[in-house]
Amino acid sequence: MTASVVLSRREWLLSDRPASRLQARLGRAYVAWRRFSANRLALIGMLIIIALLVVAAFADVLTPYSPTVGDLKNARLLPPGAAHWFGTDDLGRDIYSRVVYGARWTLYVVILVAIIAAPIGLLVGTIAGYAGGWTDTILMRITDIFLAFPKLVLALAFVAALGPGIENAVLAIAITSWPPYARIARAETLTVRNSDYIKAVQLMGASPFRIVLRHIMPLCISSLIIRVTLDMAGIILTAAGLGFLGLGAQPPLPEWGAMIASGRRFILDQWWVAAAPGAAILIVSLGFNLLGDGLRDALDPRSGDQ
Amino acid sequence: MTASITVEGLEVVFDRFRALKGVSLEVSEGESYGLVGESGSGKSTLLRAITGLAPVSAGTVTVNGKTLGKTRDKAFYREVQMVFQDPYGSLHPRQTVDRLLQEPLAIHGIADGEKRIERALDEVGLGKGFRFRYAHQLSGGQRQRVAIARALILEPSILLLDEPTSALDASVQAEVLNLLEEVRRRRKLTFLMVSHDLAIITHMCERLMVMQNGEAVETLTASQLIGHRVSEDYTRNLLRASEGFVRA
Repeated sequence: MTASVVLSRREWLLSDRPASRLQARLGRAYVAWRRFSANRLALIGMLIIIALLVVAAFADVLTPYSPTVGDLKNARLLPPGAAHWFGTDDLGRDIYSRVVYGARWTLYVVILVAIIAAPIGLLVGTIAGYAGGWTDTILMRITDIFLAFPKLVLALAFVAALGPGIENAVLAIAITSWPPYARIARAETLTVRNSDYIKAVQLMGASPFRIVLRHIMPLCISSLIIRVTLDMAGIILTAAGLGFLGLGAQPPLPEWGAMIASGRRFILDQWWVAAAPGAAILIVSLGFNLLGDGLRDALDPRSGDQ
Repeated sequence: MTASITVEGLEVVFDRFRALKGVSLEVSEGESYGLVGESGSGKSTLLRAITGLAPVSAGTVTVNGKTLGKTRDKAFYREVQMVFQDPYGSLHPRQTVDRLLQEPLAIHGIADGEKRIERALDEVGLGKGFRFRYAHQLSGGQRQRVAIARALILEPSILLLDEPTSALDASVQAEVLNLLEEVRRRRKLTFLMVSHDLAIITHMCERLMVMQNGEAVETLTASQLIGHRVSEDYTRNLLRASEGFVRA
């Protein structure tokens, strides 16, 4: 009974002749999901990211101690134990609570960088690719200039100019991470701009703006999503690096990179201070990488039926 | 009879290659006019030059009495539409048929979209069942029907056809050609049709122009072509080539 209901729902989704816009769209999403969920590692990556989201959302409920106020008198540098799962740091703060709250800052950095850098890259790349000529040359040379700097060094320069702090770190990382997106979007645009279906829209009298926005960008978005997801690990590491150098999050913010930096002074005797945030960075980066790989298989525009 | 399309001394140059060397032609209103020639003879370029997709370096194009400048305005695209050769490449891979047909209506700000889309699909012999499909869910013939519906939805008076059936197999070819004939009769359209298939041209067109190396070789009527009353050697060769193929 239920089996037949499930089967017919699947048939509805996979129907060759959808009866509504919604059904067509859902069917498409379902096909992508089936390809994605066939990949077990990708599912693990997605679970890690969902766990990160849940932890960040319920940090208040999940933590027994304050992330910023410690017990200097009784709880300095305690090893992991029943009272403090991951131990405590040099200011007597519970490291487990700090790691949990740190998830919020990690998400904050990653999401902000993605929503600043990806649209800039997409816009620059598609406009350069579609317009060609001088516009292309100018936009792509600017992109080249940004690409010529090592990412972390350029981010350092920006933070030094803007002043330390997590907002400025986000800005600096965003400014340094859009050029690869512009390159991808441009390459993708070049492959479709001379196709007949773009010509057909031109023949309807569509403005170049409309063609780029409504016909070319949708084709670039899936490869961009894949690239951004794969880059998220790098973004986390750059943010952690800036935090480690003291130019990202400022104390007492529980940011993972800054936590490792403060743990480095006693890394040999009290290893757990740096180990917990380090492991957190490792796991989340791995999660984003696995998710990105899975998305590449599911969304790649070059694979099979589009 | 008034002229629908007049082309005079049209030249198209890609980099340094002269793809069209001063071609002139005149298509009357309601006429079906064919362009024949081997690949690279410039027939598709001529269509693209009329629509503004190819760079015109000299000559004039006049459509319905209006001489066109460098750019084409929206009004032009409501008069002239084109059907492309390859139905596998002319439909956006990420859009449903519905979205494809809505786009021209949105660009031109036409209000009664729902009705027009349904009518357009009916007209090309595709029912409502096809409305929300993606291009990859359609066969070649169905795709070309969608492309024709898209060209017709703005209700143009002139349709440019760039080998509309050469990518389809024989039985589907006949269906699409019959559809085009029917549409032309009903809407009193003017056709300018490119093909390398002489049989299709004699079937579809009243007059035709033979082209070679970007130049017009001669202008004939369909009956002249059928009766082999041609004056140029090149046309004779072309005829012989197409017949040799049939007998073999």
